[in-house]
Amino acid sequence: MDSNIEKKEYNITVYTENQIGLLNRIAIIFSRRKLNVESLNTSPSEVESIHRFNIVINETEDVVKKVARQLEKQVEVLKVYFNTNEDVIWQELALYKVPTDIIAEHVSVERLLREYGARAVVIRKDYTVFETTGHREETDALVEVLQQYGLIEFVRSARVAIIKDSDGFHAKLREFERLEPGEDVIENEYLNKGQKVFTM
Amino acid sequence: MDTLEINDKQTKESVATEELSGSQILLKGLIEEGVDTIFGYPGGAIMPIYDALYDFKKELNHILVRHEQGATHAAQGYARSSGRVGVVFATSGPGATNLITGIADAQIDSTPMVCITGQVFASLLGTDAFQETDVINITTPITKWNYQVTDASEIPEVLAKAFYIAKSGRPGPVLIDITKNAQIQKVEVEAYQKCEHIRSYRPYPIVRQNYIEKAAALINSAKKPFVLFGQGILLGNAEKEFQAFVEKAGIPSAWTILGAGAIATDHPLNVGMLGMHGNYGPNVLTNECDVLIAIGMRFDDRVTGRLDKYARQAKVIHLDIDPAEIDKNVKAEVPVWGDCKETLPLLTALVEEKSHDEWLAKFRDFTQKEIDQVIDAECNPTSGELTMGEVINQLNILTKGDAIIVTDVGQHQMVACRYAKFNHTRSNITSGGLGTMGFALPAAIGAKFGAPDKTVVAVIGDGGFQMTIQELGTIMQSGIDVKIMILNNQFLGMVRQWQELFNDKRYSFVDITSPDFVAVAKGYYIEGQKVSERENLVGALETMLNHKGSYLLEVMVTKENNVFPMVPQGCSVSEIRLK
Ligand SMILES: Cc1ncc(C[n+]2csc(CCOP(=O)(O)OP(=O)(O)O)c2C)c(N)n1
Ligand SMILES: [Mg+2]
Repeated sequence: MDSNIEKKEYNITVYTENQIGLLNRIAIIFSRRKLNVESLNTSPSEVESIHRFNIVINETEDVVKKVARQLEKQVEVLKVYFNTNEDVIWQELALYKVPTDIIAEHVSVERLLREYGARAVVIRKDYTVFETTGHREETDALVEVLQQYGLIEFVRSARVAIIKDSDGFHAKLREFERLEPGEDVIENEYLNKGQKVFTM
Repeated sequence: MDTLEINDKQTKESVATEELSGSQILLKGLIEEGVDTIFGYPGGAIMPIYDALYDFKKELNHILVRHEQGATHAAQGYARSSGRVGVVFATSGPGATNLITGIADAQIDSTPMVCITGQVFASLLGTDAFQETDVINITTPITKWNYQVTDASEIPEVLAKAFYIAKSGRPGPVLIDITKNAQIQKVEVEAYQKCEHIRSYRPYPIVRQNYIEKAAALINSAKKPFVLFGQGILLGNAEKEFQAFVEKAGIPSAWTILGAGAIATDHPLNVGMLGMHGNYGPNVLTNECDVLIAIGMRFDDRVTGRLDKYARQAKVIHLDIDPAEIDKNVKAEVPVWGDCKETLPLLTALVEEKSHDEWLAKFRDFTQKEIDQVIDAECNPTSGELTMGEVINQLNILTKGDAIIVTDVGQHQMVACRYAKFNHTRSNITSGGLGTMGFALPAAIGAKFGAPDKTVVAVIGDGGFQMTIQELGTIMQSGIDVKIMILNNQFLGMVRQWQELFNDKRYSFVDITSPDFVAVAKGYYIEGQKVSERENLVGALETMLNHKGSYLLEVMVTKENNVFPMVPQGCSVSEIRLK
């Protein structure tokens, strides 16, 4: 019951054909409902020619479920999953550009690297670019530190997430390619694995 | 090439390919898809297709409309009366943007339609070229699928997909935008092949027997079961299966506006219309039934009224082909995914033969109250000005409920849908989900092309008629036989009704003046007359119906009449008002 009032972060994984215009078709499903997309990433998937969207929204399960069904309804969408943060392994990548001279003068770079799991990607006379990968809090923490040392540029990538409890899409795709789908492809009522519609 | 058998693999492989222009490929593909009627309007960016069409006049009947919006509504009317896919041609830019209302209407009312728009040369895309509009992005939220073709070789596959998507599963509109270079380009093509499967698209969810069993058990245990049915029955061609189901289970059944005609109006288990201006019993008893069986309907807010006071006591069984509809507005205790053509017989097999006489009698009691307090005065007045209801009532008597009734949007629409008799499926054609004024006249034209043997009567308000009045030109030129009945209350009546009831009669811009409609029709060489006296009504209706060819009848009706019953916005269905 409280899943219908409590908002939390959901990781929506969308397996799609690779087609121009699909990004827009997917994006407007959120914007039409005034849902804020926290993060959106598109990338190849484990299956050649199949694309994978990772979308993060902060919403109630009820809303996410409905959105997932609308997404799956699109002709070029093969399958949609949604998972809470506990159900996925996720990472975001961040880049930080700082003046090399200030950094060299004020901080022990070694300590920085160790403490924040950062890596220097480029070291030039004028600037240095660090990179960290991790959860939001981790990448954010380093911003705060570097802000004091003249942070020139900061950028963080969209989130990518792997579903802990997934066997990948290969087998599923083979089912989709058959004219008559097998039982487990049609899991509209089980958009989220193990969650039966009757418990809603 | 003409004798080519596309189903015969052997023949196909042995036949040499031939070189055709994109335009020719398109038209041949349309013919392969069984298209014989196109509603359209030419222009610069679609000229190569129109040039090719010149050679296909025999196979493809192109109806020149007077505005592209009319083409979309005509295609909708055609699709709704015939069950086939409506086809529209329009040029780029303004031609394409004029399609928007009709596409949106087809999307929300699940009408199969394929729109072909011309587009500027691919090399000019994104340059703000003359008559360039980004029609793909404009139509993305209102199409089931759309695609821009920039190379002629894409056309056969894209067209085949378009038809498959438009008509399969839950139908809807599809748009193909073809750049001018692709229309001209010549390419070698193989024989046309229809699309039967798209791996990312599952139009028919698998039917699960365990839910059918759960549903049947629930129905068998019900004391006060109630069926709500919608257009899904028509779209699934499941009228017979539906009738067999309700007759065996003996369940009172009420319709959404788009479900009208799925079962005959006079069938003893048909208890009337749902929703804001629906019948008294079905609305009130929605909040009294114990099991609610929704079939091919989507719990639109005009049907449910206030959701948190809607059928809370009932266990809901929802049959729908579109999984996204399940639990969207009303939570289903038992969801039955699938085409109702398939699921209904499975359910029928498991339900017990019953008759819920006492429960059914309750509906009849409410009907009697409604007759006494609303219907009698509306349909059988003996004094005062003419009413919309009596016009529809007299029309029923003359057509015996066999005509196709196409309605526009407003009071006359609600009155026509409430009181018209529908003996046949696909005989109520109206803009339900979008409520598009201006729909009826062009939709009636399309409906007649889709069902040439039927009498088609368009029931239109004085306001809505002026929105697409130019399609009288299409009637004139095509010679199609459509009966046009304007119910003239000299008001934007439905808005006036709301202003009377909810805005203290502050009539803000609802007073609309009209031209001499009969004279306008005459200008288009369409015969007509105006009637305002009761004693002339039946004669005038007979004249209209017996006239060879199109006819316009303007009926002057009471100015300030209200449509009742009414569930005011924000109220529960059981708070329905009789006055
Ligand atoms: C295109 C469009 N514009 C506005 C409306 C809002 N609207 C709904 S009913 C109505 C009045 C219709 O007047 P008329 O055609 O005379 O029909 P009546 O209600 O009088 O029978 C209006 C303006 C609409 N549904 N569609
Ligand atoms: Mg009016």
